[in-house]
Amino acid sequence: MENFEPVIVAFCCHYCAYTAADMAGSQRLAYPANVKIIRVPCSSKVDALHLVKAFEKGADGVYVAGCLEGDCHFKNGNARAARLVENVQKYLDEIGIERERLEMVMMSAGMGYRFAQAATEMTEKIRKLGPSPIHVALVGKENTSQLTGII
Amino acid sequence: MITAERKPLEELIEYLKPFKRVLLVGCNECVTVCAAGGRKEVGLLASGLHMAMLKSGTNVEIREHTLERQCDPEYVNELVSMIDGVDAVMSMACGCGVQEIARRFKDKPVFPAVNTKFMGASERQGVWSERCQGCGDCLLGQTGGVCPIARCAKQLMNGPCGGSTGGHCEIGDDVDCAWALIWERLKALGQEERFVEITPAKDWRPGGGAGPRKIIREDLAE
Repeated sequence: MENFEPVIVAFCCHYCAYTAADMAGSQRLAYPANVKIIRVPCSSKVDALHLVKAFEKGADGVYVAGCLEGDCHFKNGNARAARLVENVQKYLDEIGIERERLEMVMMSAGMGYRFAQAATEMTEKIRKLGPSPIHVALVGKENTSQLTGII
Repeated sequence: MITAERKPLEELIEYLKPFKRVLLVGCNECVTVCAAGGRKEVGLLASGLHMAMLKSGTNVEIREHTLERQCDPEYVNELVSMIDGVDAVMSMACGCGVQEIARRFKDKPVFPAVNTKFMGASERQGVWSERCQGCGDCLLGQTGGVCPIARCAKQLMNGPCGGSTGGHCEIGDDVDCAWALIWERLKALGQEERFVEITPAKDWRPGGGAGPRKIIREDLAE
């Protein structure tokens, strides 16, 4: 457990969080390499299936990063994504996975520091929670670091 | 459409515990529209079941398939090639689909994954309300297009009752009084005189009171 490196999947909106990740890079802001970024055209493009499948394949944490409230490029996609995340959190409760492993965050394209901060906070939170029960079941308690190859 | 809601995961897991390989079958019709049992929901449930079982150390293989329509034998026949490879079937269709699979594959246990709710219409995205109870003798022509059987808690034929306040039913503020709706509608149509006509007690035989119902179209039936 001491060497546990969480696998975190971040679904990032092209118009904000994905650009913010670029910005973090240009500003030389460090953020944990645990976060695997998937670019989406809008946070509302993320489906419950994407989130659930990420956990099924062994991700320890997942977050959806969309635009600031009221700033969605497609009017209200970020609000819809937030509702979806809430709904999937309830499903995770049913499955027996801690709902804290899934989160919705919001930022603008210029907030490179916020992207780095969100990535760091999520990684730290998941590190404290430990590997997801699915991760453990997939690779065994002793080998939680092997999952990177699966995802 | 026929509306449905997924059963709690815990109940479904109990059903599937004794089996090793299960076929999870969705339906592309009503349950897809009300987001309860279409292809996407099949994927979501398969993932959820897989994870919950992995967690508890049970190993059940879940195969997925979604039929065009589960209440028609022609489509259910598609399962012939898959059925031998599984120990049980879990259906995400309404009760009609579950029963059609049970009738077609007599040696396979079949379980419902959803609770079939009612015949309803979509009020807005994500909200469905009951609109028809299939009483078999439609009276919407007399009630301005608002059904007192499906929408009045007491199924009154000559309403409203004393529990109607401000257009709401006494069972809850979120329930419209069907007879208030009927009055508003008849007023808008200039047919207020209809409201004072006394409707006799309803014959419930066509509504299921005389036992299970059947339609036989001589020109179509083989």
